[in-house]
Amino acid sequence: MAKKPTETGPRVDQPTGTEFVGHEWDGIEELNTPLPRWWLLTFYATVIWAIAYTVMFPAWPMISRATAGITGWTSHGQLAAELQAQQAKRAPVIAAIAATPIEQLTAKPQLMSAAIEGGKAAFKVNCVQCHGSGAAGSKGYPNLNDDDWLWGGDLKAIRYTLEHGIRNPDHAATRQSQMPAFAGILNDADVAAVVAHVRTISKQRPADGLSQKGAAIFANNCAVCHGADGKGGRQVGAPNLTDGIWLYGGDSATLTETVLKSRQGVMPRWGHKLDAATITMLAAYVHALGGGEANPAHQKVAVTNAPAK
Amino acid sequence: MPQPSDPEPPVALYAKRAAVYPKAIDGVFRRLKWAIMAVTLTIYYVTPWLRWDRGPFAPDQAVLVDLAHRRFYMFAIEIWPHEFYYVAGLLVMAGIGLFLVTSAVGRAWCGYACPQTVWTDLFQHVERWIDGDRNAQLRLDKAPWGPAKIARRLTKWSVWLLIAVATGGAWIFYFADAPTLARAFVGGHAPMVAYSTVGVLTATTFIFGGFMREQVCIYMCPWPRIQTAMLDEKSLIVTYKDWRGEPRTHGLKKAQDAPAKTGDCIDCLQCVAVCPTGIDIREGPQIGCITCALCIDACDKVMAQIGKPRGLIDYCTLDDAAAEQAGGTAKPALRTIFRPRTLIYFTIWAAIGCVMLFALNARTRLDLNVQHDRNPVYVQLSDGMIRNNYTIKVRNMETRPRDVSLRVDGLPGATVWTSDGNRVDGVRQIDLTVPADSVQKVRLFVAAPAQGEARSSFTITAVARDGDHRGDSDRIVFERPVRSEEEMD
Repeated sequence: MAKKPTETGPRVDQPTGTEFVGHEWDGIEELNTPLPRWWLLTFYATVIWAIAYTVMFPAWPMISRATAGITGWTSHGQLAAELQAQQAKRAPVIAAIAATPIEQLTAKPQLMSAAIEGGKAAFKVNCVQCHGSGAAGSKGYPNLNDDDWLWGGDLKAIRYTLEHGIRNPDHAATRQSQMPAFAGILNDADVAAVVAHVRTISKQRPADGLSQKGAAIFANNCAVCHGADGKGGRQVGAPNLTDGIWLYGGDSATLTETVLKSRQGVMPRWGHKLDAATITMLAAYVHALGGGEANPAHQKVAVTNAPAK
Repeated sequence: MPQPSDPEPPVALYAKRAAVYPKAIDGVFRRLKWAIMAVTLTIYYVTPWLRWDRGPFAPDQAVLVDLAHRRFYMFAIEIWPHEFYYVAGLLVMAGIGLFLVTSAVGRAWCGYACPQTVWTDLFQHVERWIDGDRNAQLRLDKAPWGPAKIARRLTKWSVWLLIAVATGGAWIFYFADAPTLARAFVGGHAPMVAYSTVGVLTATTFIFGGFMREQVCIYMCPWPRIQTAMLDEKSLIVTYKDWRGEPRTHGLKKAQDAPAKTGDCIDCLQCVAVCPTGIDIREGPQIGCITCALCIDACDKVMAQIGKPRGLIDYCTLDDAAAEQAGGTAKPALRTIFRPRTLIYFTIWAAIGCVMLFALNARTRLDLNVQHDRNPVYVQLSDGMIRNNYTIKVRNMETRPRDVSLRVDGLPGATVWTSDGNRVDGVRQIDLTVPADSVQKVRLFVAAPAQGEARSSFTITAVARDGDHRGDSDRIVFERPVRSEEEMD
């Protein structure tokens, strides 16, 4: 590297004929080599691209919103278009589900599985708040996976419950049952006896004198709705007290509270909030959770144990 | 800017490509190259059109990479996405196969079978056909542009473009039903991706085969570098036997004038003229040599004409070269090829192949996948039993519908049913029909007595009811609520 300090003007690297920049590190000097042509062309292309992009698409931030761009594209608009396209794609199936009486769904496996999938999605939006994401419920909110139904577990009964709800004060067709609060009707000893009886028929404690006393009280006060054997009745939504499933709890303290204060759980009615197809799909989904019952005999449509779908 | 005081011109750091005009040659290796070109091109263009009957539920194309439906068909073999390890195994075999070939016969892949070599060869043949041989091509290149030159160039590029379109066009037929796609493609209603793929591959074929040629091998392809690193002193390479050829004389006459002091090389430059990558093999082994052996053909022809033995340029190992130089003879070719290194490569290659064949033969085409539903983990039933839910996927990988039974074993007192069947106590088996070549999803409900371990495992088995008893089974857990203290008051 020939240094020629006496010369004026930019020094030039002799072998390549390129000017020096003037930076030097331990004798290694930087040359002012121009950028490769392909690099420059790419750079100009990106500049042109950037200008075209800002003209065509929302780009420059203004005070309230960005410039619109001549194509009129927005991410909201794209989302809306995609949603609309999805809905248009689903429309025939949804229409078919809405047009099919729910008890006939079981005879149309394709429609049934579409309804179950649709119901799964609708359940996540409308139902999980009370029934939980797995539909397992919690205290006061029934587990929809099991085979214990207060109002009936066939497709039509589930759909009716969904459409009209439970204990909706403003709706005549709603599922309605009213257990009296026995505080003031029965004294504490009687309540304890009737609780002992309920725990005996649900096989949680052996029969004894207390439960036998409770049996008599039960026959006078409770059997009208829950039945003489305590197995309940779906006409009045009275729970079966002999099985292993409790909506509020089967221990003595909870049962005592239930007898004294009664329970008046409310499920909203969905008939005026969701369309008919969605309610049908929700019913199909709940029915398919494992506890669904077959259609009642007079409307039974070929239900077999195989083949699946 | 150069200094006026310094007239020395700047050193150019960029070398422009020197055009290569390979001369036509005939000979043993040229004929071998023709044969390999014919076979490889036929395989490439014809394979998608071969039919293979798989029945009504699967495509009848012999080789089909069905990306849309995630299936890979190759004659009698059908690969599902989860069996992609077979393809990985094939790639490993291809890699080791290249090691094997390279260690045995050098860069034979480069010289004979590589698509870049085959298509460049084809394009160069078209070039000779239209423009004439080497000398005519040289003249035409130097000639000023005029109607004749333009006509020749347009003809050549058109033929190249036709080959390129056919090449790009053949590629897409591997990914869809060839006759259907061909009709759609010509009719203009094939998918956009088909046209863009053909466009890209046409462009690459046209540019790589027509213009870039040996530059692809020398500058772009990593494989020559890897291969040259894998060559050893026992690998066949194209060798100019300088101990025999040197000192060379320029022309036959000079050689005859002083026969005692001269080697066999008469510097006729035929080896350089026929070289498709434009190298001079007499400078020794080099990255540009793809070992196509056309220079051997050219030199053998000249040696025959001047009455010298053939093989001044020949396939030769470094060991043999040293032996010949010392006055000995080369080892037999078979002893060079069958040596520990090649045998080890072959053993590994063959072992992978055998394992894959065995696995292919033994694989079951009915597959079961069981997932225990976790939300909720268990369900209390009104009769005191506990129910667990399972999401089951039965995969029927055969191209016919199959009747399959799902059976539960090892869970005392169990009852199973599905969401569209009713619970019948004591039923342990569900029958279903899985459509051809598809996955059937079933929600299986299993009820068992509450008494038992909190977690007990049992077996779910899927067996076809068509006589083929090869099925699949999964161990899975049944969970129960933990009852620490039975509260008896």
